Amino acid sequence: MKLSTLRRIAAVVVAAFAIALIAAPAFAQAPATPPAPNKGDTAWMLTASALVLLMTVPGLALFYGGLVRTKNMLSMLMQVFYTVCIVCIIWVLYGYSMAFSEGASFNAFVGGFSKAFLAGITPDSNAETFTDGIVIPEYVYICFQMTFAAITPALIVGSMAERMKFSAIVLFIPLWVTFVYFPIAHMVWYWSGPSALVAAAKAVAAASGEEAKKAAEAALATVQANAGLAFQWGALDFAGGTVVHINSGIAGFMGALVVGKRVGFGREAMPPHSLTMTLVGAALLWVGWFGFNAGSALEANGTAALAMINTFVATAAAALSWMLAEQMFKGKPSLLGGASGAVAGLVAVTPASGFAGPMGAIVLGIVAGFVCMFFVSAIKNAFGYDDALDVFGVHCIGGIIGAIGTGILAAPFLGGTGVFDYTAGKVGDYDLAAQVIIQAKTVALTLVWSGVGSLVIFTILKAVVGLRLDTDQEREGLDLVDHGERAYNY
Amino acid sequence: MKLVTAIIKPFKLEEVRSALTDLGLQGMTVTEVKGYGRQKGHTEIYRGAEYAVSFLPKVKIEVVVPSGVVDKAVEAIVRAARTGQIGDGKIFVSPIEHAVRVRTGETDDSAI
Repeated sequence: MKLSTLRRIAAVVVAAFAIALIAAPAFAQAPATPPAPNKGDTAWMLTASALVLLMTVPGLALFYGGLVRTKNMLSMLMQVFYTVCIVCIIWVLYGYSMAFSEGASFNAFVGGFSKAFLAGITPDSNAETFTDGIVIPEYVYICFQMTFAAITPALIVGSMAERMKFSAIVLFIPLWVTFVYFPIAHMVWYWSGPSALVAAAKAVAAASGEEAKKAAEAALATVQANAGLAFQWGALDFAGGTVVHINSGIAGFMGALVVGKRVGFGREAMPPHSLTMTLVGAALLWVGWFGFNAGSALEANGTAALAMINTFVATAAAALSWMLAEQMFKGKPSLLGGASGAVAGLVAVTPASGFAGPMGAIVLGIVAGFVCMFFVSAIKNAFGYDDALDVFGVHCIGGIIGAIGTGILAAPFLGGTGVFDYTAGKVGDYDLAAQVIIQAKTVALTLVWSGVGSLVIFTILKAVVGLRLDTDQEREGLDLVDHGERAYNY
Repeated sequence: MKLVTAIIKPFKLEEVRSALTDLGLQGMTVTEVKGYGRQKGHTEIYRGAEYAVSFLPKVKIEVVVPSGVVDKAVEAIVRAARTGQIGDGKIFVSPIEHAVRVRTGETDDSAI
């Protein structure tokens, strides 16, 4: 028996218990033949999963590596590489289960362990997409979401670059994904899937008599309540603006504060050692991001195509707007500015990619490029914290612009798609103000959960094992001290 | 024998080399160096971080010439390396006591 069928039946059983026996017959309607995956969808999701890995290694690793000094190049590559490897393992041990299975009494916040060690999942298991009756193999869904879990903590290490010791990173990453990433992914993305919703809504429509109607509505409410907290609020996050970018951005900010400034920060020159590598990395991020955003449609369809075109134009607009802002305020447009703008645009369009129209995405990119450029120059310098590679300024700020912007640009009268109402079977009426408030609440939830969680983890690690090397070792460089090798020998 | 040390803009190296070769001089030693004079440095901006870069890349040419040729050599370098902009570089001339060619053991003028 297919897993989605099991899940549907489980939902029905829960509902039936909730409303006693009277209305039970109305719900006992599992479809005769469970849906099978479409080969096109499956092929696309296999490809998209590999593309997202490309974002992290080598994309992010080179982007970050080029921005540090020669003596810390390998440490940057190593920290990103380690993060990917350890998170892949943790994901299949218990991460996927914590993020994407039904939890017990804390289901609004975190999943359970019913799928730990991928229990019960076979090549025949399927995961639901966003369309009733369309499924993809659960293994490819696990792989796709695994790459998201891997890149998110890898983004954080840029904040503490050039000073946090490797042994502290080794401990930080597993703790952070366990207590911050998996719960946030569950809160924003976990839901019972379209088929249970559609079935329950049909039952409401079919119910005759007041009591049966009430019972059916209660059952529908039960299905709707089987979702993460932010999902229940109605938060829109197509590909991870909150889960990936705000989440990692605020964690990086806390890291930069707890770890402290680099030795010589503000007194010595710390220019990037290779902007060539940084552009190579940024370009790989852009290419991989098509898997990240368009893949988040979970199907090879028009929504995926919308996400793809938005990922093209928002990125280009943000790169241009950052360069223009530099021309206006600093006199010269820089390559680093262009690359940073591209990343800011990618971040901002992430939550909006499947909801905004292409013209809306351009506006979003322009805003993200300008605001992030202003943030990493003026505001960061005014406060004087050492967020070495601007994880907070680009990912958190860009993520917030994207999350709020999604609430605005998803509006059909602004060229957006609106929000599909599974109970009505069509796109529902769009309340812009209400949606923006929901988006803001979700941003706040992420900032608080990740901010507090990260602060606690960093503080505990600082007390127990320490976060930094000696001053002399830091001056020598993390490559030699942590890894015993140099990036360049010539 | 004189040692002519010329510090010039890197992109002028090839013109200086061919000017000295035209004089019949054989061989020179070239080093990539950094320094500053009246040109001072420049400012580099990486996102919000601004750095004053004082030391600019230059090329140092060292060539030992017979005393009779030194004026012509200096003149050739000046002609080839000049752009008229600040930062064109400097030339120093100093005496050399003795020279030996390693392969043959020849000395002084016949060794250079």
